This record gives sequence, structure tokens and C-alpha cells, in this order.
Amino acid sequence: MKHLISFDELKSDFVKNQSLQVEKYIFIDAFGDQAIEVPKDDIVVLMQFLFEVKQFDFLIDICGVDYPDRALRFDVVYHLLNSITGQRLRIKSQVAENEGVESVIQVWKGADWFEREAFDMFGIKFHGHPNLRKILTHHEFVGHPLRKDYEASRQQSCATSLPIHFDNEPGSPGDVLNPKLLPLNIGPSHPAMHGTLRVMAELDGETIVRANCEIGYLHRCFEKMAETHPYQQVIPYTDRLNYCSAPMNNIGYCKAVERLLEVEIPPKAQAIRIILAELSRIADHIVAVGTGGVDLGALSAFFHLFVFREKIYDIFEKLCGARLTVSLTRIGGIGNEPPEGWYQLILDFCDSMDKEIDEISRLMLDNKIFVKRTMGVTPIKPQEAVAWGYTGPLLRATGMAHDIRKLKPYYGYDQLDFKIPVGTSGDIYDRYLVRIEEMRESVKIVRQICKNIPEGDYTIRDKSIVLPEKKDVYGNIEGLMNHFMLIIKGIKPPQGEVYDATEAANGELGYYLVSDGSAAPYRLKVRPPCFAIYQSFPSIVKGSMIADAIAAVASMNIIAGELDR
Amino acid sequence: MSMSLDSAMTGTQNHDDLTRSFAFTTQLDAVMTWGQRNSLWPLAYGTACCGIELMSVMGPKYDLARFGAEVVRFSPRQSDLLLVAGTITEKMAPVLVRIYRQMLEPKYVLSMGVCASSGGFYRAYHVLQGIDKVIPVDVFIPGCPPTPEAVLDGIMLLQKMIKDQNPRPWKQNWKAPEL
Ligand code: SF4
Repeated sequence: MKHLISFDELKSDFVKNQSLQVEKYIFIDAFGDQAIEVPKDDIVVLMQFLFEVKQFDFLIDICGVDYPDRALRFDVVYHLLNSITGQRLRIKSQVAENEGVESVIQVWKGADWFEREAFDMFGIKFHGHPNLRKILTHHEFVGHPLRKDYEASRQQSCATSLPIHFDNEPGSPGDVLNPKLLPLNIGPSHPAMHGTLRVMAELDGETIVRANCEIGYLHRCFEKMAETHPYQQVIPYTDRLNYCSAPMNNIGYCKAVERLLEVEIPPKAQAIRIILAELSRIADHIVAVGTGGVDLGALSAFFHLFVFREKIYDIFEKLCGARLTVSLTRIGGIGNEPPEGWYQLILDFCDSMDKEIDEISRLMLDNKIFVKRTMGVTPIKPQEAVAWGYTGPLLRATGMAHDIRKLKPYYGYDQLDFKIPVGTSGDIYDRYLVRIEEMRESVKIVRQICKNIPEGDYTIRDKSIVLPEKKDVYGNIEGLMNHFMLIIKGIKPPQGEVYDATEAANGELGYYLVSDGSAAPYRLKVRPPCFAIYQSFPSIVKGSMIADAIAAVASMNIIAGELDR
Repeated sequence: MSMSLDSAMTGTQNHDDLTRSFAFTTQLDAVMTWGQRNSLWPLAYGTACCGIELMSVMGPKYDLARFGAEVVRFSPRQSDLLLVAGTITEKMAPVLVRIYRQMLEPKYVLSMGVCASSGGFYRAYHVLQGIDKVIPVDVFIPGCPPTPEAVLDGIMLLQKMIKDQNPRPWKQNWKAPEL
């Protein structure tokens, strides 16, 4: 595979920088991903260099991997992206159990929560991080659950909730409240917090002086579950990440595993996957726009839109029998052939959806109250958004036309005619505008594909990857044996690792998959789009009214399933 | 009045109480339970995917309003049906118990989905293995997520339980966990 940037070029640039120990670097090019292993002392200087000179403007993800038998026990893994060229780079560094690594928060402020998560899950310390405390597990939890020696099913009960607290800032420690201000706690059981988010604020009148959010109320240990289940069985867990658009998570995961297996799925499977992905995008935006309206007091949009979400669920149900958590994809393709008349059903849906979008855009975007509540509220600039790690509709609302479907097209998105809607100011109004326009584009995509479904099989037929059809399992001994062996032994990808990203409804959904050659992932890290977005919340609502903060949370479409995993 | 209502709900009428005529109380109870079961005000404790499916139950197609339970209240003081829809984690458990305790009697709990009922397929370090570990549950609805029809069925079952004044030992014997 040809890369946009060669290691030789990088090497020659690195040597110019005296403070880097280039001779110790290990350059790895495997499964189409480029990675560099570096000593941990180099991290900050190297990141600074890559950010400034090589234009890696996005810090996509930071995570840990545990190798208990190694002297330097943990890998700290950084995923970078150059949003102009689409070039990705993975930087890895080894640290021992009681050592730490310098925080890169000074380079990208979006490193904040990612580093906290690695600390929480593995106990890796990040020096210089101002708020290195737990993030997902509860405050009474002892130990670091993603370490290999922590048993997956060992629960620890929690008896209390933390009192209101904030981030430490120079001159104002986070746990000391200002007696002159009104402390306010919203959630986690609060309608505007969607059941699982908790926001704390200090108010002066109605103005927010400082705010903080606590997450982890839906930390369901997805990554640990993935490590303890065979590859195929992880698919249903992925459904429950962003449950508003479950098929997209299935697709992202299967795509990552398929890259590790180095198989290409047939054109028909690709087409069906795009249909599922775009229908889910519509469903997801329906929930975002509908509940966003509800949070501002506009109930009618919700009732209007949910009729159409039901129609999408009907389409899913026709294909596989489930409505919400569909688990439709399989590693290697799709679970089954769509029933007769399925494509026509979708085309009919597209026609009615077109009308609905017009209606909804009149109902919401032209509504005076809605405009007043959202226009110019908590705007964010593109550079700022990139620094936090924004992707998806929220980033596009700032005016940046960043979309993986265009940047690095997969499944033939480059053959389709669709546009990337962008906003101008990054305020809440633009976010809804972008979402509504994206629904239009998705309808366009789905229509193009349904009229032009490729012939052929819906899955590959590799016996070591895909289960035989039921008629063979029950009908002949080879099929039965094949089924038996694959269920008992599982799929075994080669050793190695990949990072694969797709454009999900909320932005870049990435899967970092490490395989040790066994039948279950050694490590599966999900890069959820709204995790990066939500960490900016305390800073962007500072100085605005409390009612605007509610509108801001709603517009971010934070889905706790993927936020907390 | 509130005494007799309370004891009627828990099925422990004091039959020695001569001030109450049998015929009178059954009729009054019948009226009371009729009112109760047809105006359940749910507190939708939706935390995860089941919460999304619960929206469908409330939404136009399945329309919970047909069962008199459409007035969703997010204040525990105003609702009498705690509808737990979604995974409850260890971190969330103290919050759930607090909400439950804030609700006024008579109150019911409906556990929607396998996560709330037993932890579901999350046999995991941070997931509570069933909300009945911390609060008393009247109806469990299986499914991941349950179909909206199943939720409606669960609500009808609860209505029937209220109508028949089923004894609820799980609730009577419940002690608030040490939180
Ligand atoms: S029961 Fe299933 S659908 Fe419901 S919250 Fe649990 S995982 Fe989600």
C-alpha cells in the first residue's frame, strides 16, 4: 500500500531535531497502518514537532494496552490525523508500571479526557496533567479494570455519589466551592441530561461561572467484554455503543476486523452496509433533532420525526427481525440476503422522508423561538474545535468540511453523488442545520444505491471466517462440521494491530484492534466521537446562561453508550 | 383513609376493624385501584438503549397514552411508576435508590430489559447485576431491548396486579440498602 508520507521522509526530518533519539525509533508498516515506537521521554517534543511541522492537527485518540509479562508493562498509544491529507500515524511508547509519561495536553487540549481514561483503566500516570483523576469508574472503585489481571466479572459496589466538584485551575482548586456563588447539580437523572450525564455548575445569578461534567454512569465495560468474547460475539456489544444508530457501530467494528484478516467484502455487502449506515445516520439525526427540540420545549417535532424513525426500524426489522440493536453485519459481509421488496420499501421511505425533511426544517429552523434559543449560542471556532478533537456534524457546523466518507472513501462512497453540508459559525443553530441537511444527503445516497444494487453474494465464503448457511448446517455433514469448528475455535486473525475509522452519525468512530492471534481481541479500543466533543463542555458554556447550557448539551447529541462504553 | 388505602394496597387489611364495612371497602378499593391503574404516571429512568426504545413506546405508533400512562414526570415526587429502562451501573445505583426513596406511596417499579433485570450480557465489573439488588421490582420485562409490545404487556400486567391487589412481599420486606 502506498502511503502519503514515507518513513524515510519522516526520518530525515526527525534527525534535524537534535532532541529526538531517532536511533531508538522503530518504524512499523503493517496492515496498511504506519506506526512508530518511540522512547517515552521523546513524546512531547515529538508530538509538538508532528503537530507544528507535519500538520497532524488532530489527536484522535490516546489509549493504553497492557502486556503483563513485559518489563515495561504498558503501551501508550497515540493516534494522529492530518485532516488535510488524511494521513494517519500511530505513535507508541512503552512505560513501566510505576512510571509515567509526560502529558500532551499542552499540544492538544483534547488529550484531557483521553489521558484520564488511560489513567483510570490502566493506572498509567501522565505528568503535568492538571486533573488526573478517575473518569469512568466510580470513586470507590479500587484497581484498574483493563489491566489483564483484573477479573472481568469482579464488581465493586458503590454507596455514595461524589459531591459537586470542578477541575483544578491555577488559583482555584476544584473541590473548594466559592461561598458567594450558587452551586447547582443537574443529573444524572434529569430529562435534559438524557438519564446518564451529570453537570455541575457554579452560578452567579443565571450565569455559569464554572462548570464540570461527570461521566461514567453508563460505563458498561465494553472494552473488557470485547477482550473476553470471541470476535463474532463482540458484534452485539458494538450495537450498544451508539444505540441510536446501532448498525454503524457494527459496520465500523467488522470493517476493522476485516482489515486485520485482510479480506475484502463483496460489492453487494458494501452496498447494503452503506444503506444501513445512511439509514442509521438519518435515524440518529432524527433523535438528535427531535430530542433537541424537546429539550427546548418543542414537542411537536419529536412526534413528527419519530414516525419516520419507526419507518426505519420497520426496514431493519424486515431485514433481520430486530428493531434497535440489530447486529446485522457479520465479519465478511452481511448476515442474510434482504427479503423481496426490501429495496422498494426503502425507496418509498426515501420519498416520504424528503417531504418530512422540508416540513421539519420549516417547523424548527424557521421557528422564531427556536432561532432565538440557538442562534449565536455557544459558538465554537474551527481551530478550537479541532484542538478538542471535534469531528462529525459539530465540526462541520464550524465550517470545516471534514468527513471521512470524502477524505478516505470506503465502500465506494467516492462513486456516489452527495455533498458535505457545512455551517458557518459553529453555534447550536448551525449544528441542527447541518444535521437536517445531512439527512437530505443521506436520503440521496440511499436512493442512488437502492436503484443500483450490485449482483452477487452478500458475504464472502471463506470457511474459516463465515458460518455456512443454515440449510448446509442442517443439510450436510461438511456444513455441520464447518459450523461446529468455527463456533468452537472462533475466527483467528493474525497477530497485529489496526486502527480503522468510519464516519458515524456523531463523527469519527474508530476501532483500535490488537490481536495476539487468539480467537478474542487482545485489546479493542473504541474511539467514540462524542467523548472528545463532550470534554469541551465545561469550557464552552463558561459565561453563558444556564438555559443555554441545556441547549448546548442537547446539540452535542451525547450518547452515553459510546461516551462511557 | 390513607391508612386503609395503604393497607389495602399491601393486602394486609385489618379484618377486625369493625369501623369498616367489608362491602364498603371493596367498592372504595375498586374505585381507587381503577383510578390508580389507569393513571400511572411514569418516571422514565431511561439510561441506555432501552431508554431509546421506551421513546418509541411513548411515541406516536405505540402510544402509551392509551393505557393512561402518558404523563411522564421526571420528578419522583409526582410519579408513581418507576420505569427503569437501561443498564444500571454500580456508579448509578446510589442515584437510583435515592430516586426510589423520594417517590411517594403507592409506588411501583417496572424493570425494562435484561440489563435492568439481571445485568444482561454485561457480566462486568461496573454493572449492577439486576436492580432488584437495591430496589423492589414489581414487573420484569425480558428482551434486549424488549419490543414496545412487550413493554405494553408489562404495563398491562402491572395494571392487573393493581386491580387484583396482589400482595407484594418483595416490597414489604424491602430494606433500603446501606447507602
Ligand atoms: S437490555 Fe439490551 S437494549 Fe436494554 S439497556 Fe441493556 S443492552 Fe441495552
